[in-house]
Amino acid sequence: MRGGWSKTVAALGAVGLLAVSACGNSDDGGSGDAAASKDVTVFTWWADGGEKAGLDGLVSVFNTECKDFKFVNSAVAGGAGSNAKQVLANDLAANKPPSTFQAHAGAELGDYIRNGQVDDVSDLYKEFGLDAAFPKSLIDNLTVDGKIYSVPANVHRANVVWANPAVLKKANLDATKAPASVDAWIADMEKLKAAGVKAPLATSKGFAQEMVMEAVLLAELGPDKFTGLWKGETDAAGADVTAALEKYKKVLSFSNADREAVDWPDALSYVNKGQSAYTLMGDWVAAQQLSDKVPDSAYTYWPAPGTGDTFQYLADSFTLPTNGQTPDGAKCWLKVVGSAEGQKAFNTKKGSIPARSDAVATDYPKYQQAAMADWKAKTIVPSCAHGAACTLGQNDSILSAIGQFSSGMDVPTLQKALAAAVKPA
Amino acid sequence: MHGRIRTWGPGALVLLPTVLLLGYFVYGLIAWSFNTSLTDRHTARKGPAEYVGFDNYVNLFGEERFLNSLKNLGVLTVAFIVGTLIFGLLWALLLEKGLRGEGIFRSIFLFPMAISMIASGVVWGWLLNPSQGDDARGLNRLFSILHLNVLENPWWTGGSRWTTMASIALPAVWQLSGYIMALFLAGFRGIPGELREAARVDGASEFKLYRHVLFPQLSPIALSALIILGHMSLKLFDLIYAITGPNQFRTEVPSVYMWNTLLRSDMAKAAAISIVLLAVVAVLVIPYVAYTVRQESEE
Repeated sequence: MRGGWSKTVAALGAVGLLAVSACGNSDDGGSGDAAASKDVTVFTWWADGGEKAGLDGLVSVFNTECKDFKFVNSAVAGGAGSNAKQVLANDLAANKPPSTFQAHAGAELGDYIRNGQVDDVSDLYKEFGLDAAFPKSLIDNLTVDGKIYSVPANVHRANVVWANPAVLKKANLDATKAPASVDAWIADMEKLKAAGVKAPLATSKGFAQEMVMEAVLLAELGPDKFTGLWKGETDAAGADVTAALEKYKKVLSFSNADREAVDWPDALSYVNKGQSAYTLMGDWVAAQQLSDKVPDSAYTYWPAPGTGDTFQYLADSFTLPTNGQTPDGAKCWLKVVGSAEGQKAFNTKKGSIPARSDAVATDYPKYQQAAMADWKAKTIVPSCAHGAACTLGQNDSILSAIGQFSSGMDVPTLQKALAAAVKPA
Repeated sequence: MHGRIRTWGPGALVLLPTVLLLGYFVYGLIAWSFNTSLTDRHTARKGPAEYVGFDNYVNLFGEERFLNSLKNLGVLTVAFIVGTLIFGLLWALLLEKGLRGEGIFRSIFLFPMAISMIASGVVWGWLLNPSQGDDARGLNRLFSILHLNVLENPWWTGGSRWTTMASIALPAVWQLSGYIMALFLAGFRGIPGELREAARVDGASEFKLYRHVLFPQLSPIALSALIILGHMSLKLFDLIYAITGPNQFRTEVPSVYMWNTLLRSDMAKAAAISIVLLAVVAVLVIPYVAYTVRQESEE
């Protein structure tokens, strides 16, 4: 019996130790001594490729500009940020925010603002001179009730069509010029089909189809009504939206059968291999083509048909979380993110363009130079698929409807879901 | 008195940590989820939430997206259970009849179980490519090479709810049939040889031997298999996420929908979905537990 007791105690002790060590591990992140409080934890979903290279560029500037602080990478990979957003939501709910986190500028940030999770950084804009460096249209897009809550690191353009000139030549189409309208585009795709191209438009699942829908809506409604759509100012149930969605249906019917099973780099490779003529995707394609060593002559690009006067943007930005660790260090990070040097270090590697309008174009590759000129000249409209126009919740509802539409092709159902999603709460 | 503590004390002490951990991490958290599901906590915002009774549940059952996910789950579960039981039993029968190289086949059939759902989901995502004809890839390509073009189909991207969810169930069937085979094989092996001999002496045909002697002995195993497969299917998340991505209306089941809801910080709704899911699992598991408890007390 004695032996029985001592064994029991030993077993209990072991369980107790396990429990204590498990708790200890989870607490490590929160408790910080004086040395650790200089750490600046930067939360992103930039874990590899051009994104990681861009982040490394920012870090090198940070290391020289903010010598008092230490950069701690807390990137979460995968799922185009959806995994990271889940982890971030948990950290924020547990009151353990990082020093600064990545968030799409615009409506997606609205979730964090409403939840009281990010601080107003308007003062920093004055301090760093960012209010003069960023174009007014961007600042207007970032401002919520007179306050700004994040510093954008870059700008991407969403409404770009990437085309294969060799395939277009088969149908005697002019590769140098975008079709004038969605109707003209549809006519071109008819010709391509007649010339033996089975799926003239390559696209992929989820947000890629959402981007095609957005481009068609933007072309058909015009920039003002399109922007109003996401704010609940344009009637989403209206006849003009119905007509636009009918055209989206037509456009989608020219796309590849396996669109639900592939990702955007696969769709891009269909174009590069000549199986398809076009793919519609944001300008991170330029960085992908560069890293895949596709020569400039093998592809061409223009704004999505009918949207040439607009620049549909999305921007990655950094925030100052409420009660975040090392706020001084976080401010120094934000200063680097907004600075001309930081934006150059980041954007030349990530394939995006700087948000600052005083950037020197010749520092950048060919595609970015053209995009920078457009960024200054065109009407800026936000993208829903990438959080500039929609909250995470709205985007979830729209993505679900897009997936349903891809197989059923039922316009009234899609329009109903769209109208329900954009209805202001 | 002292003697009594000596009898039950050690046992109670050994159980105590388990009971405490279970009480907090399982039952406590279920209670917490249920409590959340009764509130209007639809954002990540801190602060007190109002109780709204069962409004969240009423809203859920009035929502097309949630009803669709429940129907998907029902079809998936049926397809998965039926498929796995059929293949598992078939393989067990073949091996039971005494096949040469039984060990090799056993390993081959059991092997898929060693792969995680998320990994097999990625691979099956490629295999279930919907392109057909000249562009066919994955299984469709295999069928066209074998001149079985009639079998080519769009898998989960086209057709009815049944084709969609049966396609999703296919990888799960592939993964778990071996396990069910092992269960049944152990069952067959556990039946004493005398029973078969006696039946044969009495002039029973092979078919009658299985029908009246062997299969009835396997019914407890079949029931456990049913329960294991059933609750696995209800909780299936990783496989669907890997094959179709998170926002696919056609294949969405409540667990995936809960994940999406949590991502938009709608705590109350996500909690309500999880409680509904728990209730569905309970409907399946509780009768089984009751049955086993009754059996054991009879023995």
